[in-house]
Amino acid sequence: MRPFVYQRAASLADAVEAGSQGAGRLPPTIAAAQYLAGGTTLLDLMKLDVMRPETVVDINGVDPVRRRIERRPDGLRLGAFATMAEAADHADVKRDYPVVAQALDLAASPQLRNMATLGGNVLQRTRCPYFRDQKYSACNKRDPGSGCAALEGVNRKHAVLGVSGSCIATYPGDFAQALVALDALVEIVGPDGGRVMPFEALHREPGETPHIETNLAPGEIIVGFVLPAAAWTRRSVYLKIRDRQSYEFALASAAVALDMADDVVNAARIGLGGVATRPWRAREAEAVLSGGKIDRAVAQRAAEAAFAGARTSGDNQYKRELGKRTLVRALLQAAELSV
Amino acid sequence: MDGNLGRPGAIGTATPRVDGRLKVTGEARYASDFPLADPAFAFLATSAIARGRIADIDEGEARAVPGVLDILTFRNIGDAVKRTKLFSDGGYVGSTIMPLGSDRIFHDGQIVAVVLAETFEAAREGAHRLNLSYAPEAPSAGFDSPGAETVAARDVSSTFEDPAVGDAEAALATAAVTVDERYATPTQHHNPIELFTTSCAWSDGKLTVWEPSQNVTGLKYGLAEQLGIEPDNIRVVSPYIGGAFGSRGSLTQRTVLIAVAARRLNRPVKLVAMRYQGFTIATYRAETRHHIKLGADRDGKLVALVHEGEEVTSRPDNYKVAGTDASTRLYACPNVASKVSMVHADRNTPGFMRSPPEVPYLFALESAMDELAIALNINPVELRRRNDTDKEPIKGLPYTSRSLMACFDAAAKSFGWDRRTPQPGSMRDGDWLVGWGCATTMYPTQVAPAAARVTVTPQGSVKVQTAAHDIGTGAYTVVALTAADKLGVPVDKVIVELGDSDLPPAPVAGGSNTTASICNVVAKACEQIRAKIAAAAVGADSVFKGADAATLVLADGHLQGPGGTSEPLDKAVRRVSNGAIEVYAENIPHGAPPDGIAKLYQGHPALAGGAKLKDRIQFAFGAEFVEVRVHALTREVRAPRVVGAFAAGKIVDPTTAKSQLMGGLIWGVSSALHEATEIDRRVARYVNTDLAEYLIPVNADVEVADVILVPEDDRQVNDLGIKGLGELGNVGTNAAVANAVYHATGVRIRELPVRLEKLLDAPVAL
Ligand SMILES: Cc1cc2nc3c(=O)[nH]c(=O)nc-3n(C[C@H](O)[C@H](O)[C@H](O)COP(=O)(O)OP(=O)(O)OC[C@H]3O[C@@H](n4cnc5c(N)ncnc54)[C@H](O)[C@@H]3O)c2cc1C
Ligand code: SF4
Repeated sequence: MRPFVYQRAASLADAVEAGSQGAGRLPPTIAAAQYLAGGTTLLDLMKLDVMRPETVVDINGVDPVRRRIERRPDGLRLGAFATMAEAADHADVKRDYPVVAQALDLAASPQLRNMATLGGNVLQRTRCPYFRDQKYSACNKRDPGSGCAALEGVNRKHAVLGVSGSCIATYPGDFAQALVALDALVEIVGPDGGRVMPFEALHREPGETPHIETNLAPGEIIVGFVLPAAAWTRRSVYLKIRDRQSYEFALASAAVALDMADDVVNAARIGLGGVATRPWRAREAEAVLSGGKIDRAVAQRAAEAAFAGARTSGDNQYKRELGKRTLVRALLQAAELSV
Repeated sequence: MDGNLGRPGAIGTATPRVDGRLKVTGEARYASDFPLADPAFAFLATSAIARGRIADIDEGEARAVPGVLDILTFRNIGDAVKRTKLFSDGGYVGSTIMPLGSDRIFHDGQIVAVVLAETFEAAREGAHRLNLSYAPEAPSAGFDSPGAETVAARDVSSTFEDPAVGDAEAALATAAVTVDERYATPTQHHNPIELFTTSCAWSDGKLTVWEPSQNVTGLKYGLAEQLGIEPDNIRVVSPYIGGAFGSRGSLTQRTVLIAVAARRLNRPVKLVAMRYQGFTIATYRAETRHHIKLGADRDGKLVALVHEGEEVTSRPDNYKVAGTDASTRLYACPNVASKVSMVHADRNTPGFMRSPPEVPYLFALESAMDELAIALNINPVELRRRNDTDKEPIKGLPYTSRSLMACFDAAAKSFGWDRRTPQPGSMRDGDWLVGWGCATTMYPTQVAPAAARVTVTPQGSVKVQTAAHDIGTGAYTVVALTAADKLGVPVDKVIVELGDSDLPPAPVAGGSNTTASICNVVAKACEQIRAKIAAAAVGADSVFKGADAATLVLADGHLQGPGGTSEPLDKAVRRVSNGAIEVYAENIPHGAPPDGIAKLYQGHPALAGGAKLKDRIQFAFGAEFVEVRVHALTREVRAPRVVGAFAAGKIVDPTTAKSQLMGGLIWGVSSALHEATEIDRRVARYVNTDLAEYLIPVNADVEVADVILVPEDDRQVNDLGIKGLGELGNVGTNAAVANAVYHATGVRIRELPVRLEKLLDAPVAL
């Protein structure tokens, strides 16, 4: 960790101003100013000397309203400064958006969920060990242009969807898979005012520039998420497969919401975690499912479609098969069919 | 707690740990909790290459960090640290690699500099700003790496013998049924929750060291040798230890560097190493490979057993665990051959980790036994019964006691083993494939020379002092129970002092010897006190006048004699002394060298027992049963139910014993399903060096872990009949898990850890 200036923002405008300082054209991940929410990603990486902000702008005191979870005509709005625990325990979330409650509940540990915020959560960085260890000189995400140590390294936990020759790091979060599956919106405030965009448009694939992880402009702050008001969100599940029962990132996960009438699927919405470089919407799989009945064979075809473009790198070869089975299991669970 | 425990029979009474309250209230002081006057803080800089040389160190940026005081490197440390020998060659250190000994790098994460500063933060920043450049060479990461060098243990150690008897290969050639398979276990790290900390303070040429240690006496003598000073100028303080598991048994090289730093700065220095640094500045369990060949007749009786083991070690050190000592002696078998080899690679030196030999070697043997049971279509429990023995097969020495089958029977009954259907995949429960497996555990019963001082005041307060260690096991409690049993005072009147090298010396807390070694010497001291009190009583004008002193006992705060004669303890004590009675005692157990106490006073514990005795063999045994559940589709593996039955002689405190064994079972499951240090073989560097990525079970992984204590009376092992059990619970569990996974899925995992990707292709129907 290196010395930094700590600033406590008193208002959102304050925060945006401080956060935009000296940002220049740097993408937020390597900007000189970083927002501090729960700090469970940021401080970790600063202690490892991986993130080296010059200014840390504490946004916890900004505006209590931004913490609120409130019902609106267009859906449920989750304030970005609410903690993971607050959102997971919220009665409306649990009743109407099980996939969100489950994704949050199955993430991290109670202590972390009490600290971490929803905004920070969607922006958490990868767990790629080569990214987190300065001793590896090759990491395009940490040091653009330096190469990728994971391509031929220990990569059992790395991604198979959305990978590039520059980076195969897995997007590690769970909550974002639920958001991407539910067609959620994200509300953003920045130096040029506010904007709203589909959550799906927030993150980017690594391509040639894995250090640019989102489409946030310098200084922009996430202030909320809007979950759609619709009956189908109630038929939703988050399934997370891992080596131990709790407190671990996903090897593969699936966020599934089914809009069903009798036993026919009107529309399926699918997010995939643990297997992709960004929160992953599996539209090819959705297309297989929509308009028909669902059973084991159909679910299997959908899963095949979801992973048709998978590219493995060695240790993570199994993720193609595991990812498919995870999706099949989640679909059957959402449709209340047995394995 | 029963305040009236003060009588014979206290030993064996379930008692909550006496230091429990201090621990849960945060009052117990761990090494780095001791306040130091005006300390400087150390942060370690560690190597980014595994092999080669340091080409240059640019300290400019680091020294410019405000608060940085000094930076120790190989360039400026001179000969402040003397070269010493590995513990197994008569020295004290767990690795002979001297981190700042030269520009040479022996392994990734080797200490290359110690940055000293006014604050922890400044020291850390200094370390991050230190610019090192290297002249790297291609490292060997481990097995099969180019440049790794294999040596046979018997070729490099004059005292090592590969156990063998008969003609195993000939017997194999004609055996009715054979198993011939290879097994492997991964690299694992202890990761005790308390980090590797060291604080050092000098005063008038005398050094005090606060460090979590399993061997304060060894640390004192070893450090004296490294510093070239008189051992009596060093005091090591380590009253509470937040887990150790072997990682704090031999001296690590960090300690002397902090001592040197404190001397240079002329002020106390405190180091709290990072979690990731613990992977490379201390020891670990190296990966092993095994080739097992079993031959049996149609009834399942073994006719041949071959066990060849290979273990990774560092370049310079010949560390090995050599578990064939146990695995070749577990079952009756007339023809046995074995071989242990070490593979030198560019890695830090491995070391003791809870049941160092038995965990990997019994994984191989107990997996192979399961395969043999399947080949013969015999119940795995029955196979063990047919090969049970009361003498070990290599030299024909008798076991002092062996309750293996009693353990199997007790655990099988509790587990419900008779409801098992043998066909793999046959015990499905909804979407989950259920598998049941079992395995044997064994651990050598070892006792070491030890010394202790016991003081009794007329008020009936007892103080027991010995430089033994409570590494979370319950040593404080079993020592208090021993004094309560022998001196007739309640447990809460016994003050136990441990973990200080100024106290009478005690052996390393390793090899599960502490309870047996310490309780026996404390009992001996107590007996001398009783004898003094009794002799004075029968010789004086008292109710005991003329009685045989040997018949008097201390119980319930009284001296008691035949025919209901009794007298309060204070009166009996005052007859001997106006003040306190203080006795110092030493004990040399059966099989230990006659100069065992002299060795102890140089910090060398002389553990005796196990398979090393000339006249007999002594082990504790147990049987472990595991239920695994494998999801039919996604194949993740859970072990919701574990049952172990153990016989380990006299159980001094069933409460702490059960915790040890339960923790062992959980660790055992972990060693099969969770724990594995990944290595990037290109650079010989550990990859998952934090507790988010190095998995250990969380609460949700453990549903039932039942411990059954099978009674066993063995007065041969020592006077009190105690066998060690600290390392008994986590042996064989890994095999029981793998055996259960086979039963669930039909897939035999011979290379740990069990991971779901190894099961995706299992033949069971989905
Ligand atoms: C051991 C461990 C296990 C974990 N396991 C899981 C798991 O299983 N599943 C899972 O999903 N997560 C897991 N996590 C990650 C954890 O959920 C995230 O660290 C956490 O959600 C981040 O939120 P925060 O508020 O602490 O973010 P911070 O650390 O404060 O911020 C993270 C980043 O986002 C930026 N930022 C924060 N808030 C905003 C905002 N409102 N607008 C714009 N930028 C912002 C910060 O500048 C920073 O760069 C784990 C973490 C740890 C340490
Ligand atoms: S996968 Fe991405 S984060 Fe990991 S080393 Fe490669 S570039 Fe860096």
